[in-house]
Amino acid sequence: MSSVAKYTLPALPYAYDALEPHISKEIMTLHHSKHHQTYITNLNNFLQTQSTASLAGDLIKQLSLQQAINFHAGGHINHTLFWENLAPASSSSTSPDCAPKLVAAINTRWGDLSTFQQKFNTALLSLKGSGWGWLVQDLESGALEVITSRDQDVVPATKKPLLGVDFWEHAYYLQYLNDKAAYAVGIWKVVNWKIVEKRFTGSTDIVFGSLVGLKAGL
Amino acid sequence: MSATLLRTSTAARSVLRSGAPKRAASAAATTFVRGKATLPDLPYDYGALEPSISGKIMELHHKNHHQTYVNSFNAASEQLAEAGAKGDVAASVALQPLINFHGGGHINHSLFWENLAPSKNGGGGEPSGALKSAIETNYGSFDAFKGKFNTALAGIQGSGWAWLVKDNETGQIGIRTYANQDPVVGKFTPLLGVDAWEHAYYLQYQNRKAEYFGAIWDVINWKTVESRLK
Repeated sequence: MSSVAKYTLPALPYAYDALEPHISKEIMTLHHSKHHQTYITNLNNFLQTQSTASLAGDLIKQLSLQQAINFHAGGHINHTLFWENLAPASSSSTSPDCAPKLVAAINTRWGDLSTFQQKFNTALLSLKGSGWGWLVQDLESGALEVITSRDQDVVPATKKPLLGVDFWEHAYYLQYLNDKAAYAVGIWKVVNWKIVEKRFTGSTDIVFGSLVGLKAGL
Repeated sequence: MSATLLRTSTAARSVLRSGAPKRAASAAATTFVRGKATLPDLPYDYGALEPSISGKIMELHHKNHHQTYVNSFNAASEQLAEAGAKGDVAASVALQPLINFHGGGHINHSLFWENLAPSKNGGGGEPSGALKSAIETNYGSFDAFKGKFNTALAGIQGSGWAWLVKDNETGQIGIRTYANQDPVVGKFTPLLGVDAWEHAYYLQYQNRKAEYFGAIWDVINWKTVESRLK
């Protein structure tokens, strides 16, 4: 009926239990195979509905779909970036030494890595409801910034996402319960600095990878 | 809502009796804050809402989550009082999001606990009287109302609540959702609230939130909901 692109769940670049003890196997399994999959299923459905409305010239219907598309597309994009910027703690990629250019920029901006991490965690803990914490680079000024986004809002187009941390309760609750501060500390043991460096030194297209490829194919 | 907050002094005594967290207790001892918020006692045991809501969820939700809203609201209120005393308008305005979030969290949870009841103690069933009539007039039937309410719950994008409210201008009832801890204040009176934050159901239902939304109806305290309509 249509040529609308179908998004599919990306494979995790590691096993479900590979981020233990910082993120449990049960959390990773549910988070990837259920939550992320649901965003993709809903996104595909809403894009199909939008395509039908577009072909019918129904502008009102298309407008009514925007919020749902923003939410589910954001869920797909944010989770895809998140899986990629994590790695097993035993992997060499989780050493900040893998990100010499970025760490130098972080030191210039915040003084040292641990001060930056504290800033980031303060931002995470200040979220009022579901959302994400991000290290981003402003595309105009080149400056590094720590920002948060609500629910499944993506990083604004004027900024390049480098590192994202999911702070929805489903990201940690089965393991950390209400102790979200402990999750925010643990997550740093499984950050893939190699990928974050690649995003910092590369173009926006490199950051979004296959997500950009699918966009170009529409 | 006002009834909940007016019972503060009784609740305060029971909280102190049962050993309130140190910080809250010492703050209460050293600072004069009129109407300091305290965690209300649950009107039933933690396990009393099983199998709809597990005892572990209820315990964490009440003892940890609700308590944190209470503590953070009191802290923000103190800062607000200090800013007010100094005439620091900018600081007062900057504190509003924290007051709204933590104050809303306290109000919403207090209303939620009260509009739930164990099924062996009056929970579940159907509303009666004026509320029953209003629901049937607006939604056709109680089942149709539940369907609409569950659709509203499922449509929340992120953390939030669904409420059956009364419009204070028209007197009509309606279903509304609120993001995060935004409280039902102003134009609307809260009648029935259901918490759709993940912490309200995740340990038991994980991503199957529709099952939680289905099971909550077995523990709704319609007597309380009806009394709020008056």
